[in-house]
Amino acid sequence: MIPELGHFALILALLVSLAVGVLTLLGAHQNRGPWIALARPGAQAMAFLVTIAYLCLTQAFVANDFSVIYVAQHSNSLLPLQYRIAGVWGGHEGSLLLWMLMLTWWALLVSGFSRNLPAPMLARVLGTLCLVAFGFLLFILLTSNPFERVLPGVAEGRDLNPMLQDPGLVIHPPLLYMGYVGFSVAYAFAIAALLSGQLDAAWARWSRPWTLAAWVLLTLGIAMGSWWAYYELGWGGWWFWDPVENASLMPWLVGTALLHSLAVTEKRGSFKNWTVLLAISAFSLSLLGTFLVRSGVLTSVHAFATDPTRGIFILAFLVTVIGLSLALFVWRAPKVGLGGRFGLFSRESLLLTNNVLLVVAAGTVLLGTLYPLLIDALALGKISVGPPYFNAVFVPIMAPLVFLMGIGPFARWKHASLPEIARLLKWALGVAGVVAVTLPFMYGSWTPLVGLGLLLATWVALTVAINFVQRVQATRGSDSFLSAALRQPRHFWGMHLAHLGVAVFVVGITMVGGYQEEKDVKMAPGDTVTVSGNTFRFLGVKQVEGPNYTAWQGQVELLRDGRLDKRLHPEKRHYRSSMMPMTEAAIDAGLLRDVYVALGEPIDRDKPEAEWAVRVYYKPFVDWIWAGCGIMALGGLVAMLDRRYRTRRRRRNPANRPAGEAP
Amino acid sequence: MSARLYFSRFLAALGLALACQLGLAEEARPLSDDPVTEQRLQAISAELRCLVCQNETIASSNADLAKDLRREIRGMIQAGQSDQQIIDFMVARYGDFVLYRPPFKATTLLLWGGPLIFLVLGIGALQFYLRRRNRVLQAARPLSGEEARRADALLTEPDPADSPLQGPFQGKDLQP
Repeated sequence: MIPELGHFALILALLVSLAVGVLTLLGAHQNRGPWIALARPGAQAMAFLVTIAYLCLTQAFVANDFSVIYVAQHSNSLLPLQYRIAGVWGGHEGSLLLWMLMLTWWALLVSGFSRNLPAPMLARVLGTLCLVAFGFLLFILLTSNPFERVLPGVAEGRDLNPMLQDPGLVIHPPLLYMGYVGFSVAYAFAIAALLSGQLDAAWARWSRPWTLAAWVLLTLGIAMGSWWAYYELGWGGWWFWDPVENASLMPWLVGTALLHSLAVTEKRGSFKNWTVLLAISAFSLSLLGTFLVRSGVLTSVHAFATDPTRGIFILAFLVTVIGLSLALFVWRAPKVGLGGRFGLFSRESLLLTNNVLLVVAAGTVLLGTLYPLLIDALALGKISVGPPYFNAVFVPIMAPLVFLMGIGPFARWKHASLPEIARLLKWALGVAGVVAVTLPFMYGSWTPLVGLGLLLATWVALTVAINFVQRVQATRGSDSFLSAALRQPRHFWGMHLAHLGVAVFVVGITMVGGYQEEKDVKMAPGDTVTVSGNTFRFLGVKQVEGPNYTAWQGQVELLRDGRLDKRLHPEKRHYRSSMMPMTEAAIDAGLLRDVYVALGEPIDRDKPEAEWAVRVYYKPFVDWIWAGCGIMALGGLVAMLDRRYRTRRRRRNPANRPAGEAP
Repeated sequence: MSARLYFSRFLAALGLALACQLGLAEEARPLSDDPVTEQRLQAISAELRCLVCQNETIASSNADLAKDLRREIRGMIQAGQSDQQIIDFMVARYGDFVLYRPPFKATTLLLWGGPLIFLVLGIGALQFYLRRRNRVLQAARPLSGEEARRADALLTEPDPADSPLQGPFQGKDLQP
């Protein structure tokens, strides 16, 4: 009964989204007040219905209703409750429903935080979101219905993929989807601006906090996924250039470009067309990512689905969305003005360079991801494009970008002076150079890549500090430095935090790339192994029972100066229902290094209490990778809370509220 | 195998057993006796795709095929083959698909050249745009002082958000 209720709610949501989408857009076009006024309640109704459907599916998981095919495929009565709740998005149908849920919640948020938006604008934004939602609801109902039943139900479910039975799964996909789907709001604002012809600084200001919010969540989602892969897959890597990872990286790169471009559009009224194009691209890439992951065209660790009808539907949807958006763009863009003047070397031109590099980087990832599919489709053979390729082409694009990041904040709008900046920053560059040349020797050998990484990281950190101090000093008057620093606008804090996050991130990837060490050893009880000064003693394994698995748990001691420092318990699990073995690494995390132990296999399968193959890693600064992402996201959050996004309501008093807006 | 080797192995085993008995720490042995071989194995197998896995290298995969191939590569290294010979052997057996670093050839020209083309096109377009933009604005510029004053008067309500912002230290958002 309850799954049918969910199914029904989904059908109603489909009808509501179509009706509201069409009526509000038409209403805004013909300036019909009542139709425009539908936008807010319409979006709310859609969010309500999809939430009901989502809760119904969750209930089916919690209650172990194995007559629902999707539940039977992705759950099991032995599965702990938290994974039954998270299992809702453990497969194709449910993750689409989660996608949908996020989309409608974004629409709900827009309808709630848009009191200062003119009513026709809001109608266009929400109308666009409703139409996107319609497309996805149609997709779910036609090809990926999670509520389908098999009667009579099966006795036991097939279980959730053990790889996904981890706290990481509880957080990673919702965060990632929140970010992914969040770009739909930036997209909807761009479409609304094109439809209305009001492509101005006000539009950029409305759109900016939403874009920041999506970017923050996407950053956290990607970092979370990377961290999850690091500790769960047992390979000790943090990024594999898997197509599914690339699918989330591309919107992130374009989204980052969009943030910077929006800054110019808001402050200087320039690059409007370009900003709109980026907003369209960011969301299109999110859709493309969904297509790649969900259509099964890829073979990767994340691809659960292989059904061509789904692929064709999303492809058609993708082509429709991108095609219509670009057509609209081509129609409207020529009427948009150029904005203010600026010199060839200025804050504007540097931000435009940032945009070009980010878009080239995204294009490169896209090329590398799609190329094997293309070659395969053209019957030119099968190739693999993996980490060696991406590392080779990505670093040369990102290195100049990170370098320019140090200069950008010093450049003035309109016209900047290169000699002035050079004079100011030559010491920073010198210090960064010295660090890059000397520091690696403390860790052993010097390699060009480590030198470059440390150069860039130091450079960014120093320029951030100089810029920050300089500005605080210039505005401080007779106040203390601290109070003057705290008085700086939040967008200024946000920018520097985010840039500092990049520096921290670069330190992490550089040090891990340059100095990580791993050893594959045979260990009998009592044996020790040492990597980079960290000694492990293996005491043997013992059998432990989990809720739905049995495991060999390694008893490993981490020694410091010959004395016990920490006990580590890597596991080799065997899940009962799927019989899949899973490696659970044990990690001792630290500020300057992680050490990481993973159990391989017993050397002699009949004698698991004897020798084991054990893999140990030493990972210097690896946590800086995720800490850097966290700081970037924090920067985005701080910038999002900037005063000027909040005081709009007070400044725009009701007297000059645009006509037609509901009171 | 010579008797002496047997004997030394026996002694080693005895020593190990004793060490375990006495609870003494013994340095664990690497999976292979030759760390140089292991390092080369690691480097080669990290560039090769495990063909039965979803998207894993032979180095990281636990699949049986990956284990077999690791064993095979180890054997080839010990037989004195170069890295290139081993990789060529793998390509001959499994095709280019096994390589995570796609080879340079006619069909991958665009793949390897693409990023550079994007970069050149991007920077070129940027330069072109900036110069043209300046020309357009320059052409629209020549207003005399008198004209400019009249134009200013005609602009009734300047949008505050469009007002030119000065240098980074004079922005209006600096005021508390």
